[in-house]
Amino acid sequence: MALAPIAAVERARTYTHAIVSWVDDDGYPTTVAGDFTTDAAAAAVEVGPIDSASLPPGGREVCVTFSHIRPQPGMGYDERRYVNLWGDAIVTGSTLRVVATRTAGWDEGDVPFMEYAERSVPEAHAYFDAVGGAPRLSAWWKFFLATRLPFLTATIVPIALGGAIAAYDDSFSLGFWLLALLAGCAVHLGLNIANDIFDDLSGADAANTTPTPFSGGSRVIQYGLVTRRQMIGLCGCFYAIAIGLGFVLAAARGWNLLWIGGAGLVLSLVYSMPPFQLVSRGLGEPVTALGFGPVMVLGTYFVCAQRWSWDAVYASVPVAILIALVLYVNEIPDRIGDEKAGKRTIPVRLAPARVVAIYAAAAITAFALVPLGVVLGIMPAWTLVALVAAPLAFKAYIGIRDFYEMPYALMGPMQTNIGVHLVTGLLLVAGYVVATLV
Amino acid sequence: MLERPGILPSDVERLLDAALVAELTVVDASGRPITYPLIPLYDGAKVFMTSAVLFSKKLRHIKANPKVAVALTDPVGVPAEPFARATVIGNAHVIEDDLHSGWEELLPLWRAKEPVIDAFLKKRFGIPLFFERSVIEITPRRTLFWEGGRTDRGPVVTELVGV
Repeated sequence: MALAPIAAVERARTYTHAIVSWVDDDGYPTTVAGDFTTDAAAAAVEVGPIDSASLPPGGREVCVTFSHIRPQPGMGYDERRYVNLWGDAIVTGSTLRVVATRTAGWDEGDVPFMEYAERSVPEAHAYFDAVGGAPRLSAWWKFFLATRLPFLTATIVPIALGGAIAAYDDSFSLGFWLLALLAGCAVHLGLNIANDIFDDLSGADAANTTPTPFSGGSRVIQYGLVTRRQMIGLCGCFYAIAIGLGFVLAAARGWNLLWIGGAGLVLSLVYSMPPFQLVSRGLGEPVTALGFGPVMVLGTYFVCAQRWSWDAVYASVPVAILIALVLYVNEIPDRIGDEKAGKRTIPVRLAPARVVAIYAAAAITAFALVPLGVVLGIMPAWTLVALVAAPLAFKAYIGIRDFYEMPYALMGPMQTNIGVHLVTGLLLVAGYVVATLV
Repeated sequence: MLERPGILPSDVERLLDAALVAELTVVDASGRPITYPLIPLYDGAKVFMTSAVLFSKKLRHIKANPKVAVALTDPVGVPAEPFARATVIGNAHVIEDDLHSGWEELLPLWRAKEPVIDAFLKKRFGIPLFFERSVIEITPRRTLFWEGGRTDRGPVVTELVGV
C-alpha cells in the first residue's frame, strides 16, 4: 500500500535497522543492512556506517526496507509490518542517503492480515488467469462455505420451538416435524445462496474488504471457488426441495399450511431479490424476524397440531427478535461495503451509538417477553429458564459497543450474539419440554 | 530433504535455519529492486520461499527476471547466536504447476520454524486463496556474510557458481 514519502520516513523511524537493496553491475540485486537515521522533513533516510565497498554506486536507484516481526515461540510471529522506500543513492564516505520518491508498505496494526488478503483477491485472480489455473477446495468444503451451513441454527431453533409447543399441547408428531425441519433447512440454505448471488450481482460482497466468518457472505464466488451459475443451480435445488416438501406436508396436514409456507418462501426471496431487496431498504431485520420467528414456529406447530396457535406466535417473538439481532450485528462490519453497493441496512443509516442502543433495547425486549408471557399464562413457567442467557446478551452488547469500528475484533461479540439466539432458543425449547413432562 | 553439510558456508546456513523472516529482493520490469519480507526455508542445497497467489506480483517479477537476493538482517527475525548478517544472491525459479498442494512438500521445513502452520492448514477452507501458493526455488551463486552483523566492515564473500 502506498504511503506519502514523509509519512513513510516517519514510520521508518520506529524500526531497528534499514535494509538497502540495489541492482549490481552484473544485474543481480544485492543487499546490505545497517543502522539509520531519518530526516522526515526531507523525506530522507541515512544508512551507515557501512563498509564503503559494500555500498551501491552513487546515483543508483535503491530500495530501502524497514521490516519488523514479533516472534511468538512455538507459534510463528505477529506485529508484521514493513516499509519500502525508493530513491537514488547519495553516497558520502560510509554513509548512504536516500530521499524517498516512491514508497509502499503494510502494517497489520493498521490493516489486519485478513483485510490485506481480501484486498489482494484481484491479484490472485490475475495470477490464476496468467497460469491458467483455478483455486481448489474439496466439494464438501465448497458446499459448507456456499451454503453457510453453521447458520442453520437459525432454522433449527424456531422449528424445535414449534415442535416443543406442539408437544406441550399434546400434538407432537415426530415424522412430520422432521419433514418440517428438512423443509425449513432447505429454504434457509436456498436463501443463503440467493443472498450471495444477489450480493455478487450488486457488487456488495466484492466491495466488502472486511468479511468475517459471520458476515460478508460466503465469498465462494469472489474467490472463484464456485461460479455464479453453479450457485444459481444449487439455490434452485434447495428451493425445489423446500417447495416439494411443502406440498407433501400441506397434502398430509392441511392445505392451510400453504399460506404460511408461501409466506416463508416469499420472505426469503424478497429479502435480497431485485427489485424488492428489502435488506437494502433497512427492512432485513423485520423480514428475518418474521421468517425465522412466527413463520417457522407457527408453521411447525401447524404441521404437528394441524391448527393455528396464538400462544405459539407469542412464544416465537423473543426468538424472532434475537435472530433479527444476529443479522443486525453482522451488518455492522459490512456497512462500508454495503453502503458502496447501495445496500442501505440499518447500520449504514444510523450512527454507531444509536445502532448499539437499539441492540440493547431489542435484547431487553426479547428477554422481557418471556416473564411477561409466563405472567399472562401464555408460556409455561419453566420457560423462565431462558433468562439464564441474558448475561450473554449483555456480554455481546459490551463487545459490540467497544469494538464497533474494528471488524475483526467484532468477531467475538458476533459469535456471542449468535450464541444468545441459540442458547435462549434452546432453553425455551427445554422449558416447554420440561413443562410437557412434569 | 535436508542435506548436511549443505553447499552454503556453515555460518550462512546457521542463519537460514534460524530465520523466521528474510528479505527477498527481486527486480521489476523497469530494473528497480523491490524487497519483500518472507519466511526462508533451506534444504541444504537451495533456498525456498512460498508466495500465496494473493501476493503474486513478486512471482511475476521473478518469472521475467530470475535474479534475486535473500537477506538475513534482523536480530529479532533471525534469532541466531551469535548474531550475524548475510545475503544470498542467486537465481530463482517459480514452481507453479500445483498451486494447491505442491508447496506442501516444504511443510517439514516450514513446520520446524512455524509449528502453527499445521493449525492454519486445518482451517484452509476459511482463507482458501492464502493456501494456493507458488514455490520460489533459489539456487545460490554467491553469499555475503557479516560477522556479528557488522556491516561497517567488509563481508566474507563466497562464490558458489559450479558448486
